[in-house]
Amino acid sequence: MKSLLIGNAALARGFWEGGVGVVSSYPGTPSTEITEFLSEYRDIYTEWAPNEKVACEVAFGASLGGKRAVCAMKHVGLNVAADPLFTLSYTGVNAGLVICVADDPAMHSSQNEQDSRHYAIAAKLPMLEPADSAEAHAFAKASFDLSEKFDTPVLMRMVTRIAHSQSIVEMGERADVPTKEYIKNPPKYIMMPGYAKLKHPVVEARTAALAEYAESCPFNRVEDGADHSLGIITSGTCYQYVKEVFGDSIPVLKLGMVNPLPPQMIRDFAAGVERLVVVEELDGIIETFCQTLGLKVEGKNLFSPIGEYSQRTVAAAFGRELPAFVAPAADLPGRPPMMCAGCPHRGLFYTLAKKKITVIGDIGCYTLGAQQPLNAVDSVLCMGASVSGVHGFNKARGAEAEKKSVAVIGDSTFMHSGVTGLIDIAYNQSNSTVIILDNSITGMTGHQQNPTTGLDIHGDPAGKIDLEALCHAVGIRRVAVVDPYDLAACEKVITEELAAEEPSVIISRRPCVLLKTVRKNPPMKIDPEKCRGCKACMQLGCPAISFREKKAVIDDTLCVGCGVCAQKCAFGAILE
Amino acid sequence: MNIMIVGVGGQGSLLASRLLGRVLTEEGHDVKVSEVHGMSQRGGSVVTYVKCGEKVASPLIDLGEADYIISFEKLEAARYASYLKIGGRIITNNQQIDPMPVITGAAAYPADVLDQLRAKGVQIDEMDALTMAESAGSAKAVNIVLMGRLARYFGIAPEKWINALKATVAPKFYEMNCKAFELGYKA
Repeated sequence: MKSLLIGNAALARGFWEGGVGVVSSYPGTPSTEITEFLSEYRDIYTEWAPNEKVACEVAFGASLGGKRAVCAMKHVGLNVAADPLFTLSYTGVNAGLVICVADDPAMHSSQNEQDSRHYAIAAKLPMLEPADSAEAHAFAKASFDLSEKFDTPVLMRMVTRIAHSQSIVEMGERADVPTKEYIKNPPKYIMMPGYAKLKHPVVEARTAALAEYAESCPFNRVEDGADHSLGIITSGTCYQYVKEVFGDSIPVLKLGMVNPLPPQMIRDFAAGVERLVVVEELDGIIETFCQTLGLKVEGKNLFSPIGEYSQRTVAAAFGRELPAFVAPAADLPGRPPMMCAGCPHRGLFYTLAKKKITVIGDIGCYTLGAQQPLNAVDSVLCMGASVSGVHGFNKARGAEAEKKSVAVIGDSTFMHSGVTGLIDIAYNQSNSTVIILDNSITGMTGHQQNPTTGLDIHGDPAGKIDLEALCHAVGIRRVAVVDPYDLAACEKVITEELAAEEPSVIISRRPCVLLKTVRKNPPMKIDPEKCRGCKACMQLGCPAISFREKKAVIDDTLCVGCGVCAQKCAFGAILE
Repeated sequence: MNIMIVGVGGQGSLLASRLLGRVLTEEGHDVKVSEVHGMSQRGGSVVTYVKCGEKVASPLIDLGEADYIISFEKLEAARYASYLKIGGRIITNNQQIDPMPVITGAAAYPADVLDQLRAKGVQIDEMDALTMAESAGSAKAVNIVLMGRLARYFGIAPEKWINALKATVAPKFYEMNCKAFELGYKA
């Protein structure tokens, strides 16, 4: 059956057909849908783990236990999972193990633009990179056999444009893959020095064998063309841009396995063309490899290491004619992302901004508290860095800072890696204040369950981590809960907890307004007789409020009646 | 054929692109649809690409390549107008949704944004898709009203669109979306 699938759905289908038995992941754009689609196959086990390290280790355990296993994460998630990753390279697998990593060139939804191919090189692991959904499906299906044949985890690299582009996939049937026997094997699975020293040479030999395999593997191919004055080596989404520009006119070496690279195949290809160019987004990894082979090669002299490419980028680099276009209008106002109307985070951030608190922020929807007009965030680094970051900030700046600074972190992010920072605060005693924005869901990635929601990946009842009890258990005595729709209560609790001479946690609790289970109130109304046009309500940065003819107006298609703006109006002009 | 769907995050561009992708696939074309997820969806400017042909390579549409731009909001039509092929057509909802720089007073919403494009020779189908969607039963059906209008240019029987709609939307919204599609098609 043919279907139009996004790359992530195609991967999921391919893994399922290839006999996956256990899946554990942490959501992260653009990787999230891999696991969401896998969770629709109820004949396999899938879960959201608290973080990528845990997910990777669960997948390892499942492989050890004899089931084909997958974990999926975004590029920065692989940083979190790097610890198990590097040593998994040494242990190898029992049943096939595939780690999907989705890069985000152009940072559509990410805090950096790192190139995950470096991990494959550093950890000495094979890495596949599909160029459309059909390849994602085929590569996923084949990846377990590759993993088992070479006794290695396999990395599957996606980028946003493959992960989130739909193209046509011919679906197949699920393979019947029996659970492998588990046999205790200390030299293989216990990586203490005595055994690890024996494994490193095995890893090196495997890399050599994989490079040999890459020379004739089904993932790499040469597509010939009549004009040999130019030949292009490329992979993934860049292959599509090259084909869009050149069609079948020039030879193209299309690499589906991007680590290890095939030296002889590349040499042979180079020998057949007058000019050799590598087209690859982000870092010049294939180009550098060609240079080590002593080849005359171009790449980053023509293309930037920054951002995404397109067919236009490729056409421009080769001096081809570019399509004409209508000159864009000058000075159009931008439309940056913002917190939704009725977002429970808004009232909390408004209060922090009003009190001029230093806010060490974190990763999630609430990163948008940094946007105008709230402008309420001082730093955002990585998952969990708010909690440990505020502790360090306060250790550097002392007691005065402790009364003027907070960490702000979401419920899912707190579970991911915030709790370890809180343990540091409790253990090494800074009088830091940590605000957990508990909106009862993992928001930014599109509503995934997490350990605090009491529901599993299928929405079925699951264990539920009690945030208050957890904070108390690690040694935080002061734990307050506040409704962020209540501005006076927010201000009171923030004032009290900042003044406290001990560590404290504030849980700002209200479910994400986009959740279907959340009841929306009727839209608020503005009484134009009472509105003085003072714009106090507009300081909240709510997208439902705009200004027309010297009065505030509320868009009743957006407003969910949270009532926060009414608390800001000194003239009683905003009514339920 | 290259079609861009642009709008404000939350307006339903994903659903529109999936409907379009399904219709074109069932016509036997090779199809690629490129979506945007995550951070940029939260009320930001969003763009989705739909491409079809005998063989589609790149999933992206770049400057001067779109045959049609379907816009859910006026300012977004202007923002992406340079992606239109010379001689291409914009189909836009005439709704104004203020972006945050306008809400905060840091910028003004341009007054004659579509007229400026017309002055440059751009063909524009401007429609009050919001009112049509509301009369179909939901303000959220702006996306399907605009798809209805686009369908007029395609020579694909409306029944095929309706069938694809049935497969794309939740059953309880099917009737409403059919009405929205028809209103757009006849507009």
